[in-house]
Amino acid sequence: MLALNNVEVMYDKVILVLKGLSLEVPDGRIVALLGANGAGKSTTLKAISGLLRTEEGEVTEGSVELDGVRLDRLDPSEIVRRGVFHVLEGRRVFEHLTVEENLLAGAHTRRDGGINGDLAAVYGYFPPLGERRSGTAGYLSGGEQQMLAIGRALMARPRLMLLDEPSLGLSPMLVEEIFRIIRRINQERGTTILLVEQNARAALGIAHHGFLMEGGRVVLEGPAETLRANEDVKEFYLGLTAVGEKRSYREVKHYKRRKRWLS
Amino acid sequence: MSPDLTLVLQLLIGGVAIGGVYALIALGFVLIYKATDVLNLAQGEMLLLGAYVSYGLIAQIGLPVPVAFLITLAFSIVLGITIERVALRPLIGEPAISVIMVTIGLAILLRSIVIGIWGTEYRVYPDVLPKESAQIGPLSVSLEFLWSFGIAMALVALFALAFRYTRVGIAMRAVADDQQAALSMGINVRFVFATSWVIAAIVSSIGGILLASIQGTGILLATLGLKALPVAIVGGLDSIIGAAVGGVIVGVLETLSAGYLDVPLGGGVRDVAPFVFLVLILLVKPYGLFGKERIERV
Ligand SMILES: Nc1ncnc2c1ncn2[C@@H]1O[C@H](COP(=O)(O)OP(=O)(O)O)[C@@H](O)[C@H]1O
Ligand SMILES: [Mg+2]
Repeated sequence: MLALNNVEVMYDKVILVLKGLSLEVPDGRIVALLGANGAGKSTTLKAISGLLRTEEGEVTEGSVELDGVRLDRLDPSEIVRRGVFHVLEGRRVFEHLTVEENLLAGAHTRRDGGINGDLAAVYGYFPPLGERRSGTAGYLSGGEQQMLAIGRALMARPRLMLLDEPSLGLSPMLVEEIFRIIRRINQERGTTILLVEQNARAALGIAHHGFLMEGGRVVLEGPAETLRANEDVKEFYLGLTAVGEKRSYREVKHYKRRKRWLS
Repeated sequence: MSPDLTLVLQLLIGGVAIGGVYALIALGFVLIYKATDVLNLAQGEMLLLGAYVSYGLIAQIGLPVPVAFLITLAFSIVLGITIERVALRPLIGEPAISVIMVTIGLAILLRSIVIGIWGTEYRVYPDVLPKESAQIGPLSVSLEFLWSFGIAMALVALFALAFRYTRVGIAMRAVADDQQAALSMGINVRFVFATSWVIAAIVSSIGGILLASIQGTGILLATLGLKALPVAIVGGLDSIIGAAVGGVIVGVLETLSAGYLDVPLGGGVRDVAPFVFLVLILLVKPYGLFGKERIERV
């Protein structure tokens, strides 16, 4: 199990972004971490994967633990070796490498001989990647690049995958396809998934449990079905009011949201 | 065959041979630029040091050539690691201009070390390559040229293949593309940086030995090393194939202009020609002949 206990994160020694964040990700589950832009979702994932330090960020309080072992003092490569793989926001494929080379880069920490089998497995999950395996990754479509980013993670055989906004910039149909595959990965391989999303509808559609973040803290948590039924979540994240009409959460006053979550 | 044609071919062969060595040196330059975004202006001095260390081991201490060669290689590896650790790692994230200044400082330091130990006078490098010539038709081709070219090109090909197909090669290219993403897959970016500097030091030393055995050992070798800069830029700065082609083009340009233009124009053209060519190429192809263009998707 992954556990964050009262984590505080500071950038550049002055900007406090996470203000005592706690969350748990039990083995084998899909956990959604939801929140608006700037809530601190990506920072949370970087605190887990150790990539904070590349951005002058630091866990200043609290701890990040995987099965009781502290991760927050380890190097990113050591964290990958322990089975935690961070799929960065914005896909970040190696544009000048081919699809297959990207996947091999994902397998960088592997020393066993199963890499060819895993390539085949990735092409099984994502057939478009197989068709373009020797094509340059920079020329893939957005959806294919997201597939490649997830495929690259699979190549490391992680036990825990951190996915940062896989739906970003994709058409609803593609989002549905990719989320279906995320669920399959979870079911077939038992991979635990921490799924960061702004698209709450899609995320809660496949998650078992969800956390809602605002201003560097968790403001609401619960089983996915409870969150789906929650009026606030419906209103502000699923884009539906009680009578079912579409509405942007920006239109609603901020204090009202806060108060209701806290009560 | 007319004497004119013979001369051209003779010059071409010399140019291609020297160009091959330039390509090897440019490879070091390209590697460092690709992986770490640093323009290493000390490449010429790394070459100088390699040439002199091997000179000292062979001519002054009297070690057999293969032994001296291995020790020089080991020395280069240590040199590459030391430079990366001491001079460059503390500068990660600093502005490019500071990093370039550091490489200039490094160049001066290495050059001073060489001058301090060996002085500035020209020395004849011991024969490590065969000095005879082979007669091919009317052309007499120096075996030394053939060997230098062969060794340099074999190494360039070896590195190009390693870059393409090995785990470390893919990791190096991944780091060149996106450092944070590379880090996120557990690639050790510091190791990749150190590896680039080690390879650069190795190819510089070998290039230095080849050039020294063709032209003798002198401080001017460092200037030859700096030719890696136009070679690499012509090739596109981040392309190994580009470095290879750029090296040969610059080598040929040099010998042809030395053969035909130096006399009417009063000498020195061979040193200017590559840079004139560089400017022309960049006017037409801003990313160099083989440089990767930014991939823009809409
Ligand atoms: N490298 C950084 N340095 C300073 N501030 C940062 C950095 N990265 C993010 N932040 C700030 O931290 C807050 C949370 O950002 P982020 O974690 O990216 O949010 P989210 O992923 O939820 O959109 C934002 O206010 C952002 O400006
Ligand atoms: Mg984010």
